[in-house]
Amino acid sequence: MSYLEVRGVNKRFGGLQALDDVNLSVEAGTIHAIIGPNGAGKSTLLNCFVGKLIPDTGTVTFDGQSLLGLKPHEINQTGVSRVFQTPEIFSDLSVLENVMIPCLAKRDGAFKLNAITAMSGQTDIREKAEQMLLDVSMQDKMHMAASSLSRGDKRRLEMAMCLSQDPKLLLLDEPTAGMARADTNNTIDLLKEIQEKRKITKVVIEHDMHVVFSLAQKISVLAQGHVIVEDKPENIKGHPKVKEAYLGGAH
Amino acid sequence: MFGNLQKNDRLLMIFFIIMVLAGPIILAPFGAGYPDLLQRFAIFGIFAIGFNILFGLTGYLSFGHAAFLGVGSYSAVWMFKLLTMNVVPALLLSVAVAGVFALLIGYVSLRRSGIYFSILTLAFAQMSYNLAYSVLTPITNGETGLQLNLNDPRILDAADTSGSIPSTNFFGLAMNSTAKFDVLGMTLQFNVGFYFCALILIGAFYLALRIFRSPFGMMLRAIKTNQNRLNYTGLNTRPYTLAAFVISGMYAGLAGGLMAITDPLAGAERMQWTASGEVVLMTILGGAGTMMGPVLGAGFIKYFENIFSKINDNVLHAWFSLLPDGLENLLVGILHFFVGKGWHLTLGIVFMLVVIFLPGGLVDGATRIMKRIMNRGKSDSASAKSAAE
Amino acid sequence: MDAILLQILNGLDKGSAYALIALGLTLIFGTLGVVNFAHGALFMIGAFCAVTLQKIFNLYSVVIDPTKTDFLGNPLKVKVPYVESWFGEVAGQAIINWSVPLAILFAIPIMVAVGYIMERGLIKHFYKRPHADQILVTFGLAIVLQEIIKAFYGANPIPTPAPDAFKGSFDFGAIIGFAENTIIYPYWRLIYFLFSAVVIGLVFAFLQFTTFGMVVRAGMADRETVGLLGINIDRRFTLMFGIAAAVAGLAGVMYTPINPPNYHMGMDFLVLSFVVVVVGGMGSLPGAVLAGFLLGILESFASMNEVKSLLPGIDQIIIYLVAMVVLLTRPRGLMGRAGVMEE
Ligand SMILES: Nc1ncnc2c1ncn2[C@@H]1O[C@H](COP(=O)(O)OP(=O)(O)OP(=O)(O)O)[C@@H](O)[C@H]1O
Ligand SMILES: [Mg+2]
Repeated sequence: MSYLEVRGVNKRFGGLQALDDVNLSVEAGTIHAIIGPNGAGKSTLLNCFVGKLIPDTGTVTFDGQSLLGLKPHEINQTGVSRVFQTPEIFSDLSVLENVMIPCLAKRDGAFKLNAITAMSGQTDIREKAEQMLLDVSMQDKMHMAASSLSRGDKRRLEMAMCLSQDPKLLLLDEPTAGMARADTNNTIDLLKEIQEKRKITKVVIEHDMHVVFSLAQKISVLAQGHVIVEDKPENIKGHPKVKEAYLGGAH
Repeated sequence: MFGNLQKNDRLLMIFFIIMVLAGPIILAPFGAGYPDLLQRFAIFGIFAIGFNILFGLTGYLSFGHAAFLGVGSYSAVWMFKLLTMNVVPALLLSVAVAGVFALLIGYVSLRRSGIYFSILTLAFAQMSYNLAYSVLTPITNGETGLQLNLNDPRILDAADTSGSIPSTNFFGLAMNSTAKFDVLGMTLQFNVGFYFCALILIGAFYLALRIFRSPFGMMLRAIKTNQNRLNYTGLNTRPYTLAAFVISGMYAGLAGGLMAITDPLAGAERMQWTASGEVVLMTILGGAGTMMGPVLGAGFIKYFENIFSKINDNVLHAWFSLLPDGLENLLVGILHFFVGKGWHLTLGIVFMLVVIFLPGGLVDGATRIMKRIMNRGKSDSASAKSAAE
Repeated sequence: MDAILLQILNGLDKGSAYALIALGLTLIFGTLGVVNFAHGALFMIGAFCAVTLQKIFNLYSVVIDPTKTDFLGNPLKVKVPYVESWFGEVAGQAIINWSVPLAILFAIPIMVAVGYIMERGLIKHFYKRPHADQILVTFGLAIVLQEIIKAFYGANPIPTPAPDAFKGSFDFGAIIGFAENTIIYPYWRLIYFLFSAVVIGLVFAFLQFTTFGMVVRAGMADRETVGLLGINIDRRFTLMFGIAAAVAGLAGVMYTPINPPNYHMGMDFLVLSFVVVVVGGMGSLPGAVLAGFLLGILESFASMNEVKSLLPGIDQIIIYLVAMVVLLTRPRGLMGRAGVMEE
């Protein structure tokens, strides 16, 4: 069985079949890309992994354990982190605090009544968070309010938050959307670098083909809730079904 | 003593202690230096500090906190009736019972957020209020309120032969004893009850400061800005909010117990939703989420309530007696609505103005003004420099 | 059977008031997305419209009646209300007697104006602010309005009787075939219920059959899309606020003979009406009406002596208990859509 195993997942929203018998196998240590036209159901699929949605039928197994029925925080504690399509950060907190929270979650678990110890005494957490911000070259923005960051920086911050947890599986929903070319390249480099250093398994949703082909070892193409092809990048490029999905398959 | 606080917080703490302990002296020139009012400052300060731990940090707006205040008062009075007039067991019971109530109510109410949470807490508080007035009369003594009697058992206290109801005390130190000094034509009054409340206020403030600066406090602030993200970051938000709710409920219970200490009487009207609204007003007015805000808000409201409700038409006429008669009568006629019994009208208007123009409360307003002055100072010196060059 | 019917009837008047207030709350929430804590104050202002009109009708001039003398032999001074001197004694008396129903005409323009001013002057600025801010500012407004009323009318309830024609009770049971004297029902309560039913019917008809209403309903369902069609929903929503205010006000006008109005009646009803809205389902108009009547009737059942002796105090808390159970088991309420206001 592969690391992340998705079998026969279906999800309906009223009359809309958002996911239609989706199967997916993600191997440990690889980057697996999911591509597909808008509204194909890519984000919906990720929602089923992190406990935001519960599929109508089907199974999702991660590292031998079923994720279905677990609460979002329980899923995260098994080692699954997600970067959202629209950045989900703590906008009223400082950038540093944003990263310290996942570090605390990693160290202390889902709940700890740490009400009397001072935050300023948590040097290990602080150092870890600062190192993480250094890794994504945001150290100079450490004390800014997260809400004042640019869109690209918010995305990078969210990625730093997820990475600081040392996840076993990282889910990235369009990590480069809204970024300038240079930022996109930085992000690709960052992801590659992490891949070399830590070998975190990743599932990446991406519209930018440049990103997809320079990162992924395997690609699944989703259209109208259905996986039409799952293959290596070089086989995907000229695939007739993929062309059809993007050009004529909108209905 | 406060070694584990950052430098700024240590200064804040010292400043706070001095202000509170010197309260009777500082406030005497403003006509607010007498024990009854000072105690009210301290007690409502504690209530608001506790409310702020919930609302200021997590953003959960409870409209039912007065229920815990009332429960605290009833518990304390029962302790005075049954066990002893010593305040320590009374306060312990107040806090404990309020905590249990908060745990139950919080467990249910926190299953919902936003306006639903507000309405659930409101519903619980109104329920407690209605019950206190009706079926629970054996415990609450209904409309009359729970009072002390001469023939209450008080099993731990020596039999009292004086024929009057004994005073609440702290191991023999009577709460209502006051030392008076006449200085510069003012009377300074140092009252045991006030200093007892003041020390507890300082303790409550210190604890809140520690909570604000702790990892727990940071999680609560994170809940306010993005609860979803916190869940997807592996944190279970429910126990965090519940803990904050219970802590703030215990603060309210403590305040209720202290009310019973200064005046051993508990009535159901303390639980009414207007009373819950009052602590919301205090917190918002001062500045939710700030350390000093709630205490300031409580002091502000209680002080002006005291001043405004004492002003009547005679006082107003005296103020404007130098003006021509017509103008004098006109002014008095207008101001009449805002003072005395009209104090709540003034309060409502001030509160609306704050929510509209100063959502951060008085503290936020003060910092903004400070910043503006500082900036002007800076730009002034900068322009002076460029002019000199 | 007759006992049950009696309780249902007894619950109708309160239920009608809940339904009318909850209807307005829901309209405002659905169209403007605002949680209005000052809505109870509108109900109260309506009631005081009736009080005011009664006072106006009773304004009098003192005239000397030459036909009568007092005990000293001087000509007697009598107070003659202006309406009597203008319209003659009989018509004038009738006008005074009918001041509550007449206050409906008086209250409608006032309430629409109050609603309009409230929306344009205050609420408008809070559309984009968090719900907590909306609650707080309208809460402040409610305090202000109630204190103003208190300053002008005092703290005591002011008796505002129904017209003589509707005073007293009648044997409703006998009319519909029960034994005599089993169901005695006051006339005015029946009037109140019928009046409420008419108002509710008018609001629904207005929403259902006019283009204006259609736009509003569409806007309630999906504000953005309607906005994209180039329809100025904001102006319509402002008017909706006025209508909601008028509905609450009328509920208040007609409630005065049932309970003499005082300055805090708005707050008393508001808390319960919010509970009603939540039980009915935030944003659902039929839900608000249904829950209003349901809870009113439930409350009246809970205050039966048989029930009270079984569960002491249940009449005091029944509505809150129901609200809690509903919120916890079915957060969307009886007829609401999922996810409304769940942040
Ligand atoms: N909670 C929901 N309720 C109803 N419909 C939904 C919900 N979430 C998603 N959908 C619908 O399901 C379909 C798939 O949405 P999804 O967000 O998964 O697409 P996507 O592939 O991520 O698209 P994009 O590239 O635009 O992000 C869309 O038609 C969307 O409108
Ligand atoms: Mg998507």
